[in-house]
Amino acid sequence: MPKKFIATSLLPPVCGIALFIAIWGLIALTSPNLPGPVKTWDAAVELFSDPFYENGPNDQGIGWNILSSLQRVGIGFGLAALVGIPLGFMVGRFDFLDKMTSPIVSMLRPVSPLAWLPIGLLVFKAANPAAIWVIFISCIWPMIINTAMGVRQLPQDYLNVARVLKLSEWKVFTKILFPATLPFVLTGIRLSIGTAWLVIVAAEMLTGGIGIGFWVWDEWNNLNVEHIIIAIFVVGIIGLLLEKILVLLAKRFSY
Amino acid sequence: MNTLQKYVLAENVHMSFDTKHGKFVALENVNLRISQGEFITLIGHSGCGKSTLLNLFAGLLSPTSGFMFCAGREIAGPGPDRGVVFQNHSLLPWLTCYGNIHLAVERVFGATESPLQLKERTREALTLVHLGHAADKYPHEISGGMKQRVGIARALSMQPKVLLMDEPFGALDALTRAHLQDELMKIVAATHSTVVMVTHDVDEAVLLSDRIVMMTNGPAATIGSILEVDLPKPRDRIALANNTRYHRLRSEVLEFLYQKHAKVAA
Repeated sequence: MPKKFIATSLLPPVCGIALFIAIWGLIALTSPNLPGPVKTWDAAVELFSDPFYENGPNDQGIGWNILSSLQRVGIGFGLAALVGIPLGFMVGRFDFLDKMTSPIVSMLRPVSPLAWLPIGLLVFKAANPAAIWVIFISCIWPMIINTAMGVRQLPQDYLNVARVLKLSEWKVFTKILFPATLPFVLTGIRLSIGTAWLVIVAAEMLTGGIGIGFWVWDEWNNLNVEHIIIAIFVVGIIGLLLEKILVLLAKRFSY
Repeated sequence: MNTLQKYVLAENVHMSFDTKHGKFVALENVNLRISQGEFITLIGHSGCGKSTLLNLFAGLLSPTSGFMFCAGREIAGPGPDRGVVFQNHSLLPWLTCYGNIHLAVERVFGATESPLQLKERTREALTLVHLGHAADKYPHEISGGMKQRVGIARALSMQPKVLLMDEPFGALDALTRAHLQDELMKIVAATHSTVVMVTHDVDEAVLLSDRIVMMTNGPAATIGSILEVDLPKPRDRIALANNTRYHRLRSEVLEFLYQKHAKVAA
């Protein structure tokens, strides 16, 4: 490895992490209830040595909890994409529809998705669909808004090409509108997944069942603070990985 | 007068746009007859409506009043019988050079020809502009001159009745421009295309044209004068450098642009 790479790319993050752990350790020394880095590390090693155990519905390995949270995010996001992307295309293409939906979207977008949880519980009469419903709500706005923005920003040049060639509506969509809008759609997806992963922890704390959010709440009830800190890291690292994957995907489709 | 001599036709064309500050008259009383196989350049200062006139021929705009015809039929909207080469090439960045041309070929000949024939046509168009080797490259991987050549190949691949070019070489450096002008002359000689080209380059206009349509300044621009370029073809830029006739034509255009219709400093 060249020396320059170590100095400019590796050294700063290592310093940052070391400083973070040092400050954490110092705070833990003065506060007896907060577990320090070493204690947390030991707990994490033990926890991840058997991530997929099952001892009844309320005591399952961290792996299962992570997977069920990811599954909820996946389903909620998938449904939102199914509705939001086509809707975004229509909103971007037809001015009337844009003006029709814009007041509703502007009003509902700043509402915390968690506020929709009681509605979900009421309608679906079950915790799991209600949590998925909350994810759906948190994903739908960025999907609609970004897709519509992509359609609206379609360069006139490309439309002129379509007009000169007299392409059919279907060809215009597949060869011009869709590829031109794809980078915007991917931005919408990235923002959606980011918010969804943020929201799922809180939603699961409220709905219970199985999931990383519920697990945090359960460990709080057990006063197992090491596990809460581990959960924070796990949620952070998974969020980071999701973001990185989507950025890589977006890079592939930027022209 | 037979249809060959008025292959492309503009009659009493007026064009005005509604803007925030009221009606803007871009073109007024434009009359132009273009014969089949003719190479016409539209020249004038910026804002004289030469691109507007080209867009009217393309059908991307409709005249406020007046009539436009192409091959005996009124121009009602754009269509592949009039191939357009855009100023900024307008290639689709997610398609390869081959894909960009194939899209046009498929649109025009897809209903009547086999996929193999379409492929052949696309290849031919690429070969015509000497880009056979760049078929699988994406637009961002090739130079500006190459992009413009793909744009020309795309327009020609549709076998249009008229080739419309909007300052096709405006964004290129002088050497690339000269090279593409030479190539264009060869292609037009080989395909007998009818061409309408917008330019603001006097040398380009004299070198390429059969007739130079010189436009007055806007607003309410119109055709000020039409100059017949009676230099024999094929033309050679080096030989023309010492040709007195060439220099006389050139100074006539310059006189029109900088004395009779000098642009008031904007």
